Amino acid sequence: MKLHRKNEITVFILGILLLLLIIISFRLGRYPVNTKELVGILASNFFKIEKFWPEQMETVLYNIRLPRIALACLVGCCLSVAGASYQGVFQNPMAAPDILGASSGAAFGAALAILNYGSSREITLSAFFFSLLTVAIVNFISKRARGKNILGLVLSGIMVSSLFSAGTSFIKLVADPNDQLPAITYWLMGSLSGTKKEDVLFVILPMTMGLIPLFLIRWRMNVLTLGDDEAKTMGVNANQIRLIVIICSTLITAASVSVSGMIGWVGLVIPHLSRKLVGNNYKHLIPASMLFGAIFLLLVDNVSRNLLTTEIPLGILTAFIGAPFFLYLITRRGESY
Amino acid sequence: MSVEVSNLSFSYGDRLIIDKINFYVEDGQLISVLGPNGVGKSTLFRCILGLLRDYTGKIFLTGKDIKKLSTGEMAKLIAYIPQSHYPSFNYSVFDMVLMGTAVQISSLSSPGKKQIELVNRALDKMGIYHLKERGYMQISGGERQLVLLARALVQEAKILVLDEPTSNLDFGNQIKVMLQIKNLAKEGYTIIQSTHNPDQTFLFSDKIMAMKGGRIIKYGKPDDIISNDLIQSLYDVDVEIQSLYDDKIRVCIPCDAI
Repeated sequence: MKLHRKNEITVFILGILLLLLIIISFRLGRYPVNTKELVGILASNFFKIEKFWPEQMETVLYNIRLPRIALACLVGCCLSVAGASYQGVFQNPMAAPDILGASSGAAFGAALAILNYGSSREITLSAFFFSLLTVAIVNFISKRARGKNILGLVLSGIMVSSLFSAGTSFIKLVADPNDQLPAITYWLMGSLSGTKKEDVLFVILPMTMGLIPLFLIRWRMNVLTLGDDEAKTMGVNANQIRLIVIICSTLITAASVSVSGMIGWVGLVIPHLSRKLVGNNYKHLIPASMLFGAIFLLLVDNVSRNLLTTEIPLGILTAFIGAPFFLYLITRRGESY
Repeated sequence: MSVEVSNLSFSYGDRLIIDKINFYVEDGQLISVLGPNGVGKSTLFRCILGLLRDYTGKIFLTGKDIKKLSTGEMAKLIAYIPQSHYPSFNYSVFDMVLMGTAVQISSLSSPGKKQIELVNRALDKMGIYHLKERGYMQISGGERQLVLLARALVQEAKILVLDEPTSNLDFGNQIKVMLQIKNLAKEGYTIIQSTHNPDQTFLFSDKIMAMKGGRIIKYGKPDDIISNDLIQSLYDVDVEIQSLYDDKIRVCIPCDAI
């Protein structure tokens, strides 16, 4: 198949681009590292090389830049895969990772932890827990909703989300305006600043647990885009596949949001750009979204930490790019995908 | 590949849609279900396809009670061809047909060589091989219908259910699609389709099932059962049945138009 071949090559090129970008990202930052030193430090993992670089440089690379780059890639990858998957199983091109309330739940959890003077570890855990809890509540309610399955899910997602958002607003109201309120506000803007190794280690497990099944069942998601009835007559148990997708996407979204805060738009925009690149077949769309998402967020994060002397929150930057793209999507004439 | 329905009833709430239906379709027969809108044709199809589970009565596909079959087992026996539609996302014709092979492979894998070969053959058989890299939404309604037929073929089920396969098609495409369906019946597929065109049923079906008010009021060969009375009672239109070419074909002519 010519088309399939072309898409495989596109995915391969995205992979190469990501690798290049990762290497470039290691060099970027306030502490200058030149290419020779970078290659030396990275190669010293595999070969015995005499140290010609300062100890401090190694610390900067491994303890500050590496976790941050890794997390940017992981979060970008997860958010866009979750978005792409939700768009398929909800047959809705406008679906995003927070369609079932994962983000508003996480925001509430984080705000609650900040209100109680939680450590950054506690904030992450609380955000993760509330994110999962929100989606569980949404699922539970939709089971009791009569009528169409998908509509029930999406509607209860909207309702429960707004409940948790109201909760977050209330916490902001009662929070100490000197330290807690700015902390909450800053968390909500989304940022990867101050990423530590422990953050990466915390999210890596739920992320792989979610990403691997999504990657494996990706071809099946195609059938779900045709609607539940058609999928069933083709031998695909739509409810079962959708449940797997919801569980996995929730895991990776919750893990992402818990360490990065609210980063909007990635989950909507990147899947659509990937659709433009490789078409709608999930066989190629999922790997393309993974790589493209990682590239995009790493790129934006590089801008965020290098453009100005103070960091620009990621959520602001992604919205600056996401909103115009959304406008383009809804005003574009005709249809091509 | 027979279809047997016995004492089938179905209601939405307390609204009875299907009222104690009984019929039997033999192997390799092409059945047209005739009846006005809202008479229960689609509901009957949805029951047979296993999409509506809370009916009373029994449905047997090749002798097996469908309540005892899993989604996968059903899909190997019976395939559904919806009206040509616009899905949420545009797929290439090839990818669209390939989805029909879902039942043959595990949830965790993608179709392989064998499935691709099946798709190529089905596209060829439907005469749409040249469209395989085109977008499903960019082709004509008739071509879309043929794509959906090809998709049902790769599913390798021998019973096909078609929901008004020729509605929304222009005259040429109606005939093209119907000829393909007739050929499939000749090859041994058992086909049940709904239609609104009595003329077509003379040309393209072995038997006709006339439905009214959730019941089957007539079931038999088109020549035997299509009469002015039947059309009058189904559609409230007076027709004259004319026979052409030594009764090889008949047509319904609306009296009021003459």
